[in-house]
Amino acid sequence: MPGITREEVAHLARLARLELKPEELEHFAGQLDDIIGAVARVSEVADQDVPPTSHPLPLTNVMRADEVRPSLTPEQALSGAPAQEQQRFKVPQILGED
Amino acid sequence: MTTTTDLESYEDALASYDPVMGLEVHVELGTKTKMFCGCSTELGQDANTQTCPTCLGLPGALPVVNAIGIESAIKIGLALNCEIAEWCRFARKNYFYPDMPKNFQTSQYDEPIAFNGYLDVQLEDGETFRVEIERAHMEEDTGKSTHVGGATGRIHGASHSLLDYNRAGIPLIEIVTKPIEGAGARAPEVARAYVRELREVIRALGVSEARMEMGQMRCDVNLSLRPNGTEKFGTRSETKNVNSLRSVERAARFEIQRHAAVLNSGGTIIQETRHFHEDTGSTTSGRVKEEAEDYRYFPEPDLVPVAPSREWVEEIRAALPEMPLARRTRLLADWGISATDMQAILNAGALDPIVATIDAGADAASARKWWMGELARSANESGTSLDELAITPEQVARVTALVNSGDLNDKLARQVIEGVLAGEGTPDEVVDKRGLKVVSDDSALGTAVDEAIAGNPGIADKIRGGKVAAAGALVGAVMKATRGQADAARVKELILQKLGVSEG
Amino acid sequence: MTDNVNIIKLTAAETAAKISAGELTAVQVTEAHLARIEAVDEKVHAFLHVDREGALAQARAVDEKRERGEKLGPLAGVPLALKDIFTTEGIPTTVGSKILEGWIPPYDATLTKRLKAADVVILGKTNMDEFAMGSSTENSAFGPTGNPWDLTRIPGGSGGGSSAALASFQAALAIGTDTGGSIRQPAAVTGTVGVKPTYGAVSRYGMVAFSSSLDQGGPCARTVLDAALLHEVIAGHDPLDSTSIDAPVPPVVEAARNGSVEGMRVGVVKQFRGEGYQAGVIQRFDESVALLKELGAEIVELDCPSFDLALSAYYLIAPSECSSNLARFDGLRYGLRTGDDGSHSAEEVTSITREAGFGPEVKRRIMLGTYALSSGYYDAYYGSAQKVRTLITRDFEKAFEQVDVIVSPTTPTTAFPIGERADDPMAMYLADLCTIPTNLAGNAAMSLPCGLAPEDNLPVGLQIIAPALKDDRLYKVGAAVEAAFVEKWGHPLLEEAPSL
Ligand SMILES: [Mg+2]
Ligand SMILES: [Zn+2]
Repeated sequence: MPGITREEVAHLARLARLELKPEELEHFAGQLDDIIGAVARVSEVADQDVPPTSHPLPLTNVMRADEVRPSLTPEQALSGAPAQEQQRFKVPQILGED
Repeated sequence: MTTTTDLESYEDALASYDPVMGLEVHVELGTKTKMFCGCSTELGQDANTQTCPTCLGLPGALPVVNAIGIESAIKIGLALNCEIAEWCRFARKNYFYPDMPKNFQTSQYDEPIAFNGYLDVQLEDGETFRVEIERAHMEEDTGKSTHVGGATGRIHGASHSLLDYNRAGIPLIEIVTKPIEGAGARAPEVARAYVRELREVIRALGVSEARMEMGQMRCDVNLSLRPNGTEKFGTRSETKNVNSLRSVERAARFEIQRHAAVLNSGGTIIQETRHFHEDTGSTTSGRVKEEAEDYRYFPEPDLVPVAPSREWVEEIRAALPEMPLARRTRLLADWGISATDMQAILNAGALDPIVATIDAGADAASARKWWMGELARSANESGTSLDELAITPEQVARVTALVNSGDLNDKLARQVIEGVLAGEGTPDEVVDKRGLKVVSDDSALGTAVDEAIAGNPGIADKIRGGKVAAAGALVGAVMKATRGQADAARVKELILQKLGVSEG
Repeated sequence: MTDNVNIIKLTAAETAAKISAGELTAVQVTEAHLARIEAVDEKVHAFLHVDREGALAQARAVDEKRERGEKLGPLAGVPLALKDIFTTEGIPTTVGSKILEGWIPPYDATLTKRLKAADVVILGKTNMDEFAMGSSTENSAFGPTGNPWDLTRIPGGSGGGSSAALASFQAALAIGTDTGGSIRQPAAVTGTVGVKPTYGAVSRYGMVAFSSSLDQGGPCARTVLDAALLHEVIAGHDPLDSTSIDAPVPPVVEAARNGSVEGMRVGVVKQFRGEGYQAGVIQRFDESVALLKELGAEIVELDCPSFDLALSAYYLIAPSECSSNLARFDGLRYGLRTGDDGSHSAEEVTSITREAGFGPEVKRRIMLGTYALSSGYYDAYYGSAQKVRTLITRDFEKAFEQVDVIVSPTTPTTAFPIGERADDPMAMYLADLCTIPTNLAGNAAMSLPCGLAPEDNLPVGLQIIAPALKDDRLYKVGAAVEAAFVEKWGHPLLEEAPSL
């Protein structure tokens, strides 16, 4: 199993939107390496012809009728907002559209 | 921020290169509620009045699938000749964006509900082109951001943004084509025809109004060029959110010319997102990302799989309406018109009104004549669409009935329609109020005929001498005297009778 | 009149009976518990938020109901400690995290609604490992909770606040959530009872998600019957949770009232012992198996080879799901926002907020999950972990062809000292060795006290595992074992806990 580099940790942190400090990058590189090393055992079964289980319940087709239910009031919706303006959530400048 | 882009001429671009397109269309469904919660989808409401813990992504909230959302997806899949999955799942597409409350989009990944289909589209000259469909899958819309403090609401230079999540969670169906090859110079036209046909299909199914100007249908145009005669696809550009039929065609055309210019100058195309600008008809490069996106898709653990029973799928299939192309082909044959005529009807948006008018009892030729003539002109003058005119197909049918019974002639009928459009009432009311009736009563007409003969002795003599065709001038005089209300055929009969000439 | 000490020592069933009979008022009961919280929680730190006024108002409503002659539910007026992972309208919900400090939800979780509808008195919200990630409650952003048996030791986790509240008689009932053992392991190390119901039995709507396919809320109590009564209140179908089971709740209360193992086949899995298990834990477990035999059970040895991979699969699946579930905490719509000083973009503010708002274990798991799901690694890690999940489910299926229930130690060791494993995630993860297979397979399990380990005089938990939807078997077996132990000891185990 290849070791996890500081650069990889930095890449993961960007994907996960975590502004990690330099010492955290170092620390996590070591720890993730240890953990991944330990749990990589699961790949022992990678070649086995076993279907994956993503969910413990055998349920299918759980659906809801297309009927309107009451929404929150805008006051409730915005009650936790760190900032608001014109009944909208106010956020800093957005850098780019996706 | 004006950057000029080098363009090859369209003809030269096509002389060297073969365009390959991929079209991704997002359709907002017309369900009453959102895809995963019971919030209303009604448009135009105050900001953040249609949100709940689920569509706001509040901690702890969970999604439950809208049954009509699934049914609509199956309808669309079937209409696009797709296979419907026996078992499929939702997946999470993980990426951060402020207008997406959970910072993942609940979508479908490698298990779409519908796949492997096609849609036949018709080009301007009536030729049919088959567009292969890769998949149609279900997902949810994002909220809307308004950028404040910058120029004209643009993201650049804004000081902050305001978010309204009313739209977040509205069901979307994303329809992805397979690579469209072999269209050659007609690629832009194919793109436009495909999006239009798709829109007609969606409307015929009744799953969405698919109004592009309202953002209910949005198209991404992926395009690449390869040297003529080669197989391997070139690098593609992805032009996002092209939101009118005309723009779809223009965007494809622009990208063909831009790619060709880059390739001809020895450059390479970079795979990137581009934005289309309605005003200039050009595209510009989107924000360059430092790293490739990695969406880390995985099965959505808060939802269970969707396994539409074959019985249900067949029930839905059996209830599908006639598809627009089939309907047009049938009508074209029924009416005995040319592909060009049909295209004109489509371009005018007159097909549905004409059919409705026929359904209300009019004959096909009259229905076409009024909608494509008087009414099209009227809509054109007032800058509205046919379906926004203040006249119903039933009323148009009534007018044709009055013409056929001889109560109105064409000239009077036009006045009746004018009256209806002006809000003067039903056709019969307008006839009454304006006193518009064909006069065919012989005693009333007799005097006018006598006067016309007396006033034009030379012409009368010619007719007496056998020149029956000259009667037209006397008819015209009578019509003028009666302000158009006379029954022209009867007038002619009376003139000939009085002058002792028979028509034979 | 009964004094406060006697009130707080009552079981939930006894308390409800006395309120119903008019021997105690709900207000008296609530006040006694609020006084107890006042007296001891500074030391224990089980609660993050005590809703004094709300609890008393609820209690008054119960008393008024009784005065009007209305019939009271089986737990009416009984005070409960709610894990701070369930949303409570108007009452702060933090999930033990700085990122939600001060957040007041505009809605009640389905479980909260059910508790209120059953007239259970909610005293407040209990401490937990941040986002339920941990086995010690040391990962709470608001400081650790002490184990009432020894305040320098951990009360288990993530639901350490709930288990400690029960063990220190600050509440008669509590709610926990169990993703990898967070109900059962705290129950084991505090000498209380905790049940992880079958996945889907208790609605997750309004329960802040850690790992959606594993998370399950459940009852915590001091007796098996109390747990059953609470189970019946909180379980049942919820149309707001797509993964909720649409079937009647198994007859858990009836089972708890009719404890017996006579003629039952009880499995002992060979993989649930060996290296890492404390001698005293194994000793008490072996005695429990002997007791079951004495009580008429047939003991069957089982081999479940895939269980050896359970911990590894869990530490890929849970972080993967959490990396996605916790993405919504971005500082834009609710909770903490830092770095919004006019110089940072929304994207930057999100990264700064998450860095400041999440603790080290949460960040570690987000990073781990981001890694396991990223392109190029998905198949080897997440994909393989899902296959392991299938194998574990199959091992359980085979096992339950041979036995009615399985028993094991709940956790390999007794409560360890606070700080001992704080910097060693792998050592911490071992605490859930025996509880995790059940979460992966989705079946039901209970932990109940089976004595004190001789070497440290700390509680040992016995885990009982039942097939999915057969939660009642846990109570049937649990009640029999509990009765036999109490008879053997002469009193409930908690009587031996030091007084605070
Ligand atoms: Mg999409
Ligand atoms: Zn909603």
